Amino acid sequence: MTAYIIRRILMTIPILIGISIISFGIMQFAPGEPTALDLDPNISPEDREAQLEEMGLNDPIPVQYLRWAGNILQGDLGSSFITNRDVATMITERLPNTLVLMITSTVMTMVVAIPIGIVSAIRQYSKRDYVFTFASFFGVSIPNFWLGLMLIIFLSVQLGWFPVGGVGTLGGEFNLFDRLHHLLLPALVLATADMAQMTRYTRTSMLEVKNQDYVRTARAKGFKEGKVVYKHALRNALMPLITMFGLLLPTFIGGSVVVEQIFTWPGIGQLFLDSTFQRDYPVIMALTMFGAVLVVLGNLIADILYAVVDPRIEY
Amino acid sequence: MSEDTVLDVRHLKTSFFSKKTELPVVDDVSFSVKKGETLAIVGESGSGKSMTSLSIMRLVPSPNGKIVGGEVFFNGKDLVQQNDKTMYKVRGNDISMIFQEPMTSLNPVYTIGEQIREQLIYHQKISKREAHQIGIEMLQTVGFSRANDIMKDYPHRLSGGMRQRVMIAMALSNNPKLLIADEPTTALDVTVQAQILDLMRKLSKEYDSAIILITHDLGVVAELAERVVVMYGGQVVEEASIEDIFDDPLHPYTEGLLNSIPKIEGTQERLDSIPGTVPTPDNLPVGCNFVTRCPYAMEICKQEEPTLIDKDSSRKVRCYLHEEGVKNHGQQHRSS
Repeated sequence: MTAYIIRRILMTIPILIGISIISFGIMQFAPGEPTALDLDPNISPEDREAQLEEMGLNDPIPVQYLRWAGNILQGDLGSSFITNRDVATMITERLPNTLVLMITSTVMTMVVAIPIGIVSAIRQYSKRDYVFTFASFFGVSIPNFWLGLMLIIFLSVQLGWFPVGGVGTLGGEFNLFDRLHHLLLPALVLATADMAQMTRYTRTSMLEVKNQDYVRTARAKGFKEGKVVYKHALRNALMPLITMFGLLLPTFIGGSVVVEQIFTWPGIGQLFLDSTFQRDYPVIMALTMFGAVLVVLGNLIADILYAVVDPRIEY
Repeated sequence: MSEDTVLDVRHLKTSFFSKKTELPVVDDVSFSVKKGETLAIVGESGSGKSMTSLSIMRLVPSPNGKIVGGEVFFNGKDLVQQNDKTMYKVRGNDISMIFQEPMTSLNPVYTIGEQIREQLIYHQKISKREAHQIGIEMLQTVGFSRANDIMKDYPHRLSGGMRQRVMIAMALSNNPKLLIADEPTTALDVTVQAQILDLMRKLSKEYDSAIILITHDLGVVAELAERVVVMYGGQVVEEASIEDIFDDPLHPYTEGLLNSIPKIEGTQERLDSIPGTVPTPDNLPVGCNFVTRCPYAMEICKQEEPTLIDKDSSRKVRCYLHEEGVKNHGQQHRSS
């Protein structure tokens, strides 16, 4: 097992190098450059050229890449072209906000999707099942930016039940209730699509398991329906979901870009969007690599969990 | 119901419902099992034998399947009328079941020990330690020498024969009065089959459990059973002692079944087979269920369903050939 984990971690190295080369290239080929947003209209073309030269942006792309990679390997993420601040600091400032949002969404997804999926499967073709099925198609289809805006309009603006955005009331002391109050809507919007998707996966998985011979054996042993479902069926049904969960984890990053923008949530999603518009290359690269690591990590965790839950899998 | 009868099934009827049609899969089935006796239920695939056993356990797959009539008396109580709570106490405790598919009948994510123990703890309310001890003893009884190691193993590390032994150990661990074995040897290869049959014979004596053996294999029947119920199209077509069934089968279907097994002294090139297949429940013929495949079919067979009649004190048959009045006509037909 340990050998397997080490092997897997070593395997991530070429993957991350590949991702970094491709994303660096794509970023460079995109039109525009960091100086384009200089607001001073009086800047001369010569000065601008000098600025680019100074940033090293006139060097050939491979040279730029190697310089960037060399810095990264020394633990230096560089500094922002726009604010000149240290990228690592910028990210660590905002990361906790995003993590709180992601973890809350993940917990919400699991807490809602798994029980609903189980009920749907066990009462297949019942009224409840149809209601949940309809709701999950609704949840999958609804774009998160629209849902976010609608919730803000109705629940925040018109009814005034929730704050319009931000992580907490400005100027106030830290207050857990206030934080949760601000967290609920963005986390819900971020979780909606995944909740719907996971509900469907849970249902399918449970349907497959509930007619297995060993479930019948459990019934023949005289166990109550609850024990049959939760002890004998559920654990088997959850196994494929672990993989799904590993794949869902990185989608939160993508989702957070939109959700953080709508709810003015100062997280890395918002940072990602701003830095992309400003062609702030060091920030974009750092965040892209962060996302890549998260994807690789999600898959690794899923594989490891799989071996923990399923005794048939040995690494 | 006499003193030594363990199970008495009377006019049991189980149907499957699809949309608005009702498909009877078990139709008016009656038989009884005495204490310590081994009764075989024989029939082709689709004859309703497995559904009969699941009906006794009240484990017919819901919501499509349902027991629609009849009684199943066990210990003086009609199981059909019992609530779920009572059934939880009966299953795995008074009546145990072994299934056809040893490869998939054990839960892959729990150890053998866990699966044996949970049932003991649940029904006997004993400690985990005691349950573990009984589990080890049970595994030794079914022939595992390294019972302690097996308790810690997961099912995927055992062969099919070993898993079926585990299933038998599990089924017998609460000392059930009745053991239902649904094709226990079908999925196993022949040498392992013999071992499992030996084991079941030995254990049924030792534990004094009555056994209902469900099979399509008449060889297995000859090995184990004392009495035989032959099922066809969801109905009992013949019931007799093991000697009578093999020496003098009354129903044409039983006769056909016997003719389709190879005989050691014969020089047959090809085995006889019964033409056609078992009709599906939605496609049963009018009259006798077997009429379309019966070599002796008479006019009356196509018009009216025969009833199960007592031939003598220990034999029952559902066939006009053996009913007084129509019998002679049948004999004529047979010779022509």
